[in-house]
Amino acid sequence: MNNLLSRLFGRARKGSGATAKDRLRFVLQHDRINLPPERMEEMKREILAVIVKYLVVDKERVEIDLEQRDRSHSKLTAEIPVAIHTATTANRAEEKNVVAAKGAGANGANNGADTEDEAEDASAEAEEAETPKAIEDEKSDQGDQGDSAEDEKSKPG
Amino acid sequence: MGGKVVTISSGKGGVGKTTATANLGISLASLGKRVVVIDADIGLRNLDVIMGLENRIVYDLVDIVEGRSKLRQAMIKHKKFADLFLIPAAQTRDKMAVSPDDMVNLTDELREDFDYILIDSPAGIERGFRNALEPADEVLIVTNPEVSAVRDADRIIGLIEAADKGPGKLIINRLKTDMVKKGEMLSSDDVFDILGLAIIGIIPEDELVLSASNSGIPVTLNLQSKAGMAFNNVARRVIGEDVPFMNLDANPGILQRLVGLLNGR
Repeated sequence: MNNLLSRLFGRARKGSGATAKDRLRFVLQHDRINLPPERMEEMKREILAVIVKYLVVDKERVEIDLEQRDRSHSKLTAEIPVAIHTATTANRAEEKNVVAAKGAGANGANNGADTEDEAEDASAEAEEAETPKAIEDEKSDQGDQGDSAEDEKSKPG
Repeated sequence: MGGKVVTISSGKGGVGKTTATANLGISLASLGKRVVVIDADIGLRNLDVIMGLENRIVYDLVDIVEGRSKLRQAMIKHKKFADLFLIPAAQTRDKMAVSPDDMVNLTDELREDFDYILIDSPAGIERGFRNALEPADEVLIVTNPEVSAVRDADRIIGLIEAADKGPGKLIINRLKTDMVKKGEMLSSDDVFDILGLAIIGIIPEDELVLSASNSGIPVTLNLQSKAGMAFNNVARRVIGEDVPFMNLDANPGILQRLVGLLNGR
């Protein structure tokens, strides 16, 4: 019935003309901001990689899109669903661990610096972090492992 | 400031810029306007043959710019219209022989004696296009309802706006209404949606355009031609008349759709 209605009122346009329109919209979107599709995907991955360092993200539902009103007005929009930290299922904890491990690696490098200011910063960060203790312990373990693994790798090279 | 400079541009080649320029020139002249058409496609001149004036050429645009010819000497008068002239492009030089400033100086001189100066821009976005764009008061962008032509038109539109010559107006050329009906071609509405520019003309596909090009008599002079009528309408819109768009029957009525449904289409 839906099909019949849409055919009757000319809404369904499945011909190659509609395909042409879709393809044009896509290609012009990238032409106008001078960013080819592959580079755009690269940018999205990088944006996500940064966010994932700080938050647990539902990657399946992430939407980063370029909206275009007209030739001179483009807007990059991002909808990034973030997991709430009270979730206690094993899965979530694991996922968080992976994320935190990466973060810990970076912190480790910071702690290595010996100026007082930086040490203070690091402790402030630790206070802000609301991760449960158990996970935090695991996290630092993994972080150390990760670091040492990296060190070993870098030596032969 | 006198006459108005209208540049006909497209980005992509082969979409009908030269045909549009010739026909607008003829139509404007038949509306009683004093008109010069300039072929800015140096090295690939064609406006002369489309207008049927190829055997009268003595001097060309580069001769004027380089001082070998006076402006009036190089202007070729049309056979039918006493107030329609062509300045042909040089055939053996390239686009670097003329600068955007040269074009401004030339058109400033022409503005004093003519109502409309039409410039047929070469394809591309380089020097030849810059030459044609620099003196323009208004830019008409010719495109076909086809992916590559619309894409190139978009690029050109961006450059026109960046040069503070925008917004241009669109001429959608070679629209095949039967294909649009079947959903197998972009409609003029689709092109408008994508480019967001006012449409000043919709020219239907018409075999008579080729016949006209064969004989060197622009199609607007053929009263049987739908494309000719459509070009004539563009000319009337250029001079400010409010002309409704021809009914090209692009959208089938509900009755036709019912018939199509009953026939299982």
